[in-house]
Amino acid sequence: MKKPYPDAVSALDGVLFDGMTIMAGGFGLCGIPENLITALRGSGTQNITAISNNAGVDDFGLGLLLQTRQIKKMISSYVGENKEFERQYLAQELELEFNPQGTMAERIRAGGAGIPGFYTKTGVGTLIAEGKEHKDFDGDTYVLETGLVADVSLVKAWKGDREGNLIYRKTARNFNPMMATAGKFTVAEVEELVEVGELDPDQIHTPGIFVQRIIQSKDLEKRIEQRTIRTRGE
Amino acid sequence: MAWTREDMARRAALELQDGFYVNLGIGIPTLVANFIPDGISVTLQSENGMLGMGPFPYEEDIDPDLINAGKQTITELDSTSYFSSADSFGMIRGGHIALSILGAMQVAENGDLANWMIPGKMVKGMGGAMDLVAGVKKVVIIMDHNARDGSAKFLKECTLPLTGVRVVDMIISDVGVFTIDDEGATLVELAPDVTVEEVQERTEANFKVAL
Repeated sequence: MKKPYPDAVSALDGVLFDGMTIMAGGFGLCGIPENLITALRGSGTQNITAISNNAGVDDFGLGLLLQTRQIKKMISSYVGENKEFERQYLAQELELEFNPQGTMAERIRAGGAGIPGFYTKTGVGTLIAEGKEHKDFDGDTYVLETGLVADVSLVKAWKGDREGNLIYRKTARNFNPMMATAGKFTVAEVEELVEVGELDPDQIHTPGIFVQRIIQSKDLEKRIEQRTIRTRGE
Repeated sequence: MAWTREDMARRAALELQDGFYVNLGIGIPTLVANFIPDGISVTLQSENGMLGMGPFPYEEDIDPDLINAGKQTITELDSTSYFSSADSFGMIRGGHIALSILGAMQVAENGDLANWMIPGKMVKGMGGAMDLVAGVKKVVIIMDHNARDGSAKFLKECTLPLTGVRVVDMIISDVGVFTIDDEGATLVELAPDVTVEEVQERTEANFKVAL
């Protein structure tokens, strides 16, 4: 089975269906699979449940799929940068499940590792723990959270080889490694697709077993949300 | 004269100790990094997957792959490490971070914190705040003492959805500093020219005074 595909459209061919659950890596707009999101939009897939830490901004990232109303439900920890998201949610056009960021990361890690649930202190006594099983350990109360898996995970890495081994760069790593493991089918988008043997095996973050298809990104924008700088002399 | 935002950040920086690993929230807490006392070495954690956060970059060094949890461009240090969100929150939930400094909409006298949601109005999400207050050893809140309409933010009980129950250890507001423990809240410092009576007028919570 050959993992490399020529582009994002061909890499998603045959794996999308209406009503599916999709994980998309990234924190804000950092480390998002730009090409794959654009191809998902172009596919017209409807009623998607999207699991992603954020919802992009109005005209970029997952915001592109909100514009076209392809997303039925989002599971996220923070959506503050997307006005259209807030509007659709307050108008009850969009379902939303807020997860604390660490709980969300661990749910995805657990899902990919075959762990159906785990107990955490995060959120005990708040809205997000309502209706969930609680249990005491050593005098402290914890809440049961479940593992998450996706029909398809879309991840972004810096470098990858033809076997799907991936290396991430700086804070663009974020949710991508766990999502790669939690997809029943994972498609990776990398800035540099190299031959087997070119990556140092000791430096690989995501082993290729978790990646079914891989593409090299084209025309990446890598948009910055908050361009903060200092000036010389400060 | 009540404290400015910079004064509050400067006061919060006094809670830092040499060798601390610290997570600073978005907004005023971020300013604390500017006031780390001389001779003290602290490592800043950014929950999107970085330990050892450096200052903002010069224009030519901007890197879209290098941001903090506020989505601001930043730089790395020689001591920096990067990791996944799962590892990041393992550090936080696992109690490896000594101190978190966060903002608040409301704090209750028992240490309850609300800072993520206004039902029907504001839908942003809790981000990492619930994990931070549940896992970090000490939680310090920096906030304006009153809301824009003048209403109290330090309350007997929070009216907004909670971020955590009994999680706040200290509040630094423009009027002074409160500590919170199992015995309740105590006013321990006043900003210059602020009186206890004034603080009482602007506060709904019960508190002891130990200046």
